[in-house]
Amino acid sequence: MVSPHVHVPVGAHYGWRDWLVQRVTAIVMLAYTALMIGLALWNGGFDYATWRSIFANGAFRVVSFLFMASLLWHAWVGVRNILMDYVKPAGARLLLECIVVAVLVAYLGWTISVLWGGA
Amino acid sequence: MSAADRPVATPKRPVYLNLFAIRQPIPAIVSILHRISGALLFLVGIPLILTGVQSSLASAERFAAFEAAWSSPIAKLVLLALVWSYLHHLLAGLRHLILDVHIGLDLKAARMSAALTLMLALVVTLAIGMRLW
Repeated sequence: MVSPHVHVPVGAHYGWRDWLVQRVTAIVMLAYTALMIGLALWNGGFDYATWRSIFANGAFRVVSFLFMASLLWHAWVGVRNILMDYVKPAGARLLLECIVVAVLVAYLGWTISVLWGGA
Repeated sequence: MSAADRPVATPKRPVYLNLFAIRQPIPAIVSILHRISGALLFLVGIPLILTGVQSSLASAERFAAFEAAWSSPIAKLVLLALVWSYLHHLLAGLRHLILDVHIGLDLKAARMSAALTLMLALVVTLAIGMRLW
């Protein structure tokens, strides 16, 4: 019996997923950028009161969180590609990758505290 | 072994891969700038967005202080570098998405879209720079 599943015996198989992640997160960021430009044009720029009221909106906070999460995930894929290209010693690359992951996870925590930690 | 003794089938050929001496085609320039702008956005852009949003939301005074911080010429240059990074990265990414759906794949079109990406990011950055000063 011939199995329809083709098993590729080499590779880590995350290449196609990274490719997709990079594009999906890019489209999310593109939409958010368009939203921010639209809000800036609609309000004629941002003064403190408008800026506060925009971020007081719960839906806007969720959308902003989605943007930042996309940005951080997108950054991970990109920075890891850079490290894979230029940092050849495995130990040094692993160390740098761990630092980048730690920084990105910390940024995500910071994002949550900025969006929901204050008033 | 002298050059005369070398087998005829393997003539001595130069291996010459100095990237700075090879004239790069426009898509290659757009590509390396895509990478450099991405690295800049990671290293400077993300922490700046977070500090910026945090301080500008904190109080009216901090909001004013955040606006005032952009008045120095060095701060304006940093801001412009980031604006260019964001624009170039966004446009180069958009170009990738369009290429992904098999639009503009032939050499002439690909060169044109690369030139357009490069120019548009620079022109919009310049326009914003002129408004800043």
